[in-house]
Amino acid sequence: MTKLCSLQEAVNTFVKDGSLLYAAGFTHLIPFSAAHEIIRQEKRNLTVARATPDLIYDMMTAAGCVSKVIFSYMGNPGVGSLRILRSAIEAGELEWEEYSHFGMISRLQAGAAGLPFMPMNQTAATSLEQVNHNIRRMTDPFTNKEVIVVPPLNPDVAIIHVQRADQYGNAQIWGILGEQKEAAFAAQHVIITAEEIVDEKVIRSDPNRTMIPSIIVDAVCLEPFSAHPSYTQGYYDRDNPFYLKWDQISETREEVKQWLHEWVYDLKDRQQYWQKLGEEAHQRLHVKPAFSSPINYGEY
Amino acid sequence: MDYTKSELMTVNAARLLRDGDVVFVGVGLPNLACNLARRTHAPNLVMIYEAGVIGARPARLPLSIGDPTLVSGATAVCSMYDIFSFYLQRGNVDVGFLGGAQIDRFGNINATVIGDYDHPKTRLPGSGGSMEIAGWANRCYIMTPHQKRRFPEKVDFITSAGFLSNRAEREKTGVRGKGPLGVVTNLCILEPDEKGELSLAALHPGATVEQVKENTGWPLKVFDHLRQTEPPTSDELRILRQELDPDGIYIK
Repeated sequence: MTKLCSLQEAVNTFVKDGSLLYAAGFTHLIPFSAAHEIIRQEKRNLTVARATPDLIYDMMTAAGCVSKVIFSYMGNPGVGSLRILRSAIEAGELEWEEYSHFGMISRLQAGAAGLPFMPMNQTAATSLEQVNHNIRRMTDPFTNKEVIVVPPLNPDVAIIHVQRADQYGNAQIWGILGEQKEAAFAAQHVIITAEEIVDEKVIRSDPNRTMIPSIIVDAVCLEPFSAHPSYTQGYYDRDNPFYLKWDQISETREEVKQWLHEWVYDLKDRQQYWQKLGEEAHQRLHVKPAFSSPINYGEY
Repeated sequence: MDYTKSELMTVNAARLLRDGDVVFVGVGLPNLACNLARRTHAPNLVMIYEAGVIGARPARLPLSIGDPTLVSGATAVCSMYDIFSFYLQRGNVDVGFLGGAQIDRFGNINATVIGDYDHPKTRLPGSGGSMEIAGWANRCYIMTPHQKRRFPEKVDFITSAGFLSNRAEREKTGVRGKGPLGVVTNLCILEPDEKGELSLAALHPGATVEQVKENTGWPLKVFDHLRQTEPPTSDELRILRQELDPDGIYIK
C-alpha cells in the first residue's frame, strides 16, 4: 500500500499537541520543512528531542510550539549559542532534560531495540547524573562493577529526511547517518520526507543502503530541499551563511517574528520556500557529483 | 616571525600528535591541528569525527562537526551509536581534543552551566561528546585561551572529568582513559603533576612565568625543568594559512 501523502497531511495526522517529537539528523538531513509545517499548523506543548537541537528547535521554540527540550549539545553548530533556547532556559520558561551524546543515543538505542534500559561504561564525570535522575547506576551482574544506565526514549513521532525512498517508505540514506535509524525504530510513528521518490526497483537494486524499512513507516512525503539550511549529501551543500545570519536574527524577538512570517507563515510549502531563496542560493549550494564505484550484488 | 595566538596554539597542539594516532577530532582549532599534523610529521594519523566519520580527508575547511566534506573520501561512515560504542567506548581512540568554558586545577572541564544548574546564570551548550571523550580516549589534550576566568580553582559543574580531586580519585573510578595530558594555551603548556594538578610545563616564546600565574585562578606550580616551546615554523604557518584555513576563519 502506498504511504505517499503531502507533508501537511502527515503532520496533521501524526503530530498532536503534546507529542514527543524527534526530528532527527546530526547536522546532516535535518528536516526543516517538517518543522516549518509544524509551526504553520500551530502545534503546541511539544516535547522536542534531538542530540543537537540546532536551528530547527530554536525556530520551533520561538514559534511557541515547544514546552520541553531533551538534548545533549545545545549550540548553533560552528557558530555559537542557540539564543532562543538558551534565553528560554535562563528565563525559566522552558523545561529541559540533558544527556551526553552517548547517553542520548543510548536512550534511542534502547527504545529502538525494545529494551528496558541501556548500559554504558562510566566516564568519571558525575555532575550530570546528580541533576538528571534518568541517569542511574546499577551493578553489572557478571562482574559486580558499576555501570551507568539510561531508560529508553520512545518518541510519539520521528521525522526523518532521506535522499530517496519508494512510495512504501523504504528509505535510503548515505553520508552522515547520525541517529536516524535509531529514532525511526524507537518511535511510534515515522514520517519520511525525501529528496526523491524512486521506483521500488531502485531500492531493491541496492538493499544494503536501506536504513529504514517500509514496515515501520507511516507516511512518505516528497520534499526536495527539505533540509535547507542544513544539507543533503550529494544533493546540496550546507548554507553556512544562514547559520551565521540566524545568530543575528535571533538576537531580538522582533526580528525572529518577522523572519517566521516571511519564511514560514506566509509560505505554503517548501517549494515556495526554495523558489523564494532564489537563484543565487541555488547556485551557491549546488554540489558537483562524485559517484561511488558500483558494486556487484550478483544475479541468483 | 609573526603569528596569531590561534596559530601558536594550533601548531603546539599538532606537535602533540604521533604518527599513527587515531584521533577524535573536534571542529575549529583541533581540526586544524590534526590536519596540520597529518601534513607534517604524522601522515598516518586517522581522523575520526563524532558525527560518525572514520579516516576523514576533508578537502575544504569543515565549518561544522557534520560537514559533508568529512564524508567524501573517508574510509568509513557509521551511526553515532557505533562511533561512541565501537570506537570510543571499546578503546579504539588514542587521542581526544577538548575545550570548554572553564578548566580547573585538576583538569576537570565545565561546558554546561555557570551558576546554579536549575537556575542558570549562563547556560552553555553542554557535553556533546566531551564527557565520553574525556573518560575513554587514551590521551586527552585541552586547547583554550589563557584567561583567569577560564581557569578557576574548581569548576561548578564537571561536564567532563579530568583527575577529579586528584589522580588517585580518577583511577579509583576504573575509567579506561588516562585523562588530560596537556593543556595548550596561547601562553604555555600545562601538564598534570604526579597528583594530577595542572602545572606549568612549557612556556611559549615571549611568555613569562608571571604572566601565566596572573592568568591562572589557583597558585600555579612550575615544574623544575621548565621547557621552552619552539616557535611555529614557516612551513607550519604556510600550511595553516594557505592550505587549511585560507580565509582565516579560525586562525585569525
